[in-house]
Amino acid sequence: MTIFFNTLLVGFSSGAIYSLMSLALVLVWRSTRVVNFAAAGQAILSTYIGYEAMKVLHNYWLSIPVALLAGALISAGVEAIVMRPLAKRSKGTPVEAIAPVIATLGILGLIRSGVGLIWGNSFLQYTSPLSSKGYTIGHTTIPFSPLNAAIVIGASVVLAIFAMIFRFTRLGLSLRAASFQPEISRLSGIRVDLIRTIGWAFAGAASAVAGALVTPTTYLSPNSLDLLLVSGFVAAVIGGLESLIGAVVGGLVLGIGFAFILQYIGTSVTFSAAFIILIIVLLLRPQGIFGVRRSREA
Amino acid sequence: MTLIVKNLQVKHGAITAIDDLSFTINKGELVTIIGSNGAGKTTLLRALSGLLPISGGEMSWNGKSIVGVRAENLVRLGIVHVSEGKAVIPELTVSENLQLGGIWRKDKADIAAATAEVIELFPRLGERLSQGADSLSGGERQMLAIGRAIIARPELLLLDEPSLGLAPLIIEQIFQAIDALRHRLGLTVILVEQNAMSALRIADRGIIINLGKVVTSGTSEQLLNDSSLRAAYLGY
Amino acid sequence: MKLKSPRARFFISIAIGAVLLFISGRVDELRSYQGAQVAIFAIAISSIVLLTGFSGQISLGHGALMAVGGYSAVLVQSHLNLPYPIAFLIGGAVGGAAGFLLGIAAARLQGPYLAGTTLALAVGIPSLANQFHILGGEQGLTFDIGTAPSWIGKDFSQYRWFFWVSVIAALLNYWLLRNLLSTRYGRRWRAVRANPTAAALAGINVGKAKVLAFTLSSAVAGLAGSLYAMLLGLVAPLAFTLTLSFTLITGAVLAGVSNLGGSIVGAVVLVAIPEISGSITSHLGGSEKVTSNLPGLITSVLLVATVLFAPNGPKWPRRKHQ
Repeated sequence: MTIFFNTLLVGFSSGAIYSLMSLALVLVWRSTRVVNFAAAGQAILSTYIGYEAMKVLHNYWLSIPVALLAGALISAGVEAIVMRPLAKRSKGTPVEAIAPVIATLGILGLIRSGVGLIWGNSFLQYTSPLSSKGYTIGHTTIPFSPLNAAIVIGASVVLAIFAMIFRFTRLGLSLRAASFQPEISRLSGIRVDLIRTIGWAFAGAASAVAGALVTPTTYLSPNSLDLLLVSGFVAAVIGGLESLIGAVVGGLVLGIGFAFILQYIGTSVTFSAAFIILIIVLLLRPQGIFGVRRSREA
Repeated sequence: MTLIVKNLQVKHGAITAIDDLSFTINKGELVTIIGSNGAGKTTLLRALSGLLPISGGEMSWNGKSIVGVRAENLVRLGIVHVSEGKAVIPELTVSENLQLGGIWRKDKADIAAATAEVIELFPRLGERLSQGADSLSGGERQMLAIGRAIIARPELLLLDEPSLGLAPLIIEQIFQAIDALRHRLGLTVILVEQNAMSALRIADRGIIINLGKVVTSGTSEQLLNDSSLRAAYLGY
Repeated sequence: MKLKSPRARFFISIAIGAVLLFISGRVDELRSYQGAQVAIFAIAISSIVLLTGFSGQISLGHGALMAVGGYSAVLVQSHLNLPYPIAFLIGGAVGGAAGFLLGIAAARLQGPYLAGTTLALAVGIPSLANQFHILGGEQGLTFDIGTAPSWIGKDFSQYRWFFWVSVIAALLNYWLLRNLLSTRYGRRWRAVRANPTAAALAGINVGKAKVLAFTLSSAVAGLAGSLYAMLLGLVAPLAFTLTLSFTLITGAVLAGVSNLGGSIVGAVVLVAIPEISGSITSHLGGSEKVTSNLPGLITSVLLVATVLFAPNGPKWPRRKHQ
């Protein structure tokens, strides 16, 4: 019973990170119908910037907003400088659907190599003042530390803020309207191009927070967020890519699923586990848990 | 407040959809543009509202050229286009769709007043504010689209075939509403329609276009009384 | 004999092959190795061109399909003692079988879902090797196809032999695919890629066409994987990373994603980049972080620039009806 409960806790903590990453992907998908494979790259760059901020400010908590801001700016930059011109140029050509995928993959590689060139490949420590030792309840130590608590709380806060922005503000309404019907939105006076860039900025902020929260639990290197790339994407697809709630649920499903597979089957299946969970979900619901089956867009 | 269109030319690739079109519309007029399918009516509205680039000619509103101005900015100049086919967003609620009308405006009090006016005009919308727009009937969606446009406080309202796919009774209601609105609010309206009869009954003038060119124009009385035109375009 | 007929192409391929093989005797070992790399990459890239450029489907996991082919070839040779040409073909066949299964799933999945699945595949499949002892775990399994047969001549080095084998395979592959693409299958795929709805309305069984494309593409990738195993002398999870899948896509984009002939160009660029970046690095002083990251940087910049400024591929000389 304790093992079950412990596994659940571990799953929650990693699930929170996957949710943030998956949220970033869904935000971009919803606003521009592009899967941003570069999200993990943006996250790692933002995390490195946060790391530098921490070295300067000597304060972990202050470095998180810095990383967040960096993430937002980088993401907005990618959208405005690469994706928007790309969309204009590839419109109507046979590669229209594939060009954004390739572009974001290219940007991912670009950022990763760039980060390696600037900071080197060695492992760095992004230290948080919180301890990574599990809490003790009575005699037992559970695999949930203050660090994990910070992850869950931090992720929840970010998700809650996004949810409120989307539901209750004009900006959120504009974001939603522009993602559903860009033309009607333009005819209502919404500056759709700007809104899209803002959507990407939000996504960049979310993935930056994910990076800043999770990196203290391991180490910082150009490749340290690789698993997050795949996991975030799988989580988004499981959740259905269409809804923000789906993103969160997908992240938790994946996190908890991973934790259980690791616990009861063993660590060597880690990568295959993502694949297996994905296949199972897509076999049962090809559009993801919360996804909507769209008829083919002619 | 005049809309002046001179020698307008719009191309779709190699096809010239609108060819050397000219007309003027004065403040407060309701002008209907009539023509059969493919005549270029929708293209004309889309060019006016900034959705389509033009390949030649001039368009000016209140003395300022509106060529090359983006759609979202034309809204701020008072030109509001209700596009063809029930221009609502089904994934949002009725209330949210209405909010889109005022989303670019700052005057919250005026937005609230405008929304109240719209609900008074279309009470059925008021009953369904929190429902998804996808649950509305065709006529209700059209009311919602027009309502949203009104909240944007337009000076020039472009309506693209509001009667499309609707039952005759509903069409009557909507046309009555359009007529009432434009008198009450002093709107200038361009009404594109295939349903020429109903349109001419509330319009001041009509312009008949075919294959992107003006065939003839005149007051609605003139057009209704011209028997050859009636036969060709009005069906009797 | 028309220049574009299958027979003409066959003779042209043979002529090209003869020239290459002649050259191979006059270059050093490194160039032979790289030549083999180019040939193998060309085959792998052609599989992407077939899948993405011609039938409009995306796969981020063709590296995994290469792994499937590679492992199959190795296993078949060591456990069943089959001669290596058969092993290669079996590698292709097993790859094709995997592609068939994947293709059935792919036909049901729309764009990003397919991308995600293949992404997870790219990461998941190679690590399966760690699961099953028969697959050799982390160190992998060795693959030795032996040296050149004695009737070829004396002093035939190992790498030169690999070069020959790869080039012959690449030419055969090109010839087969080029001919296939000019049949009705090719026309169907092009129709599906351009507009699936219109294609369906025209009576093309879109699902079948897509699955067929995926199967064939995976078979080609499997073949490339077997040859890759030959060149490396082993198969191991580390040889088939996610980066490999991305590299293949890069090569295809550089080639001009629907340009079959461009596969060779893409392959040359891919092999040349580490070379070029190596010389840049030594000019810059050769620190570790530059060495390991510069190739990736150059590749990524090329990729983004190509897709931004020439989405249909650079203006390499290409056939008209792509």
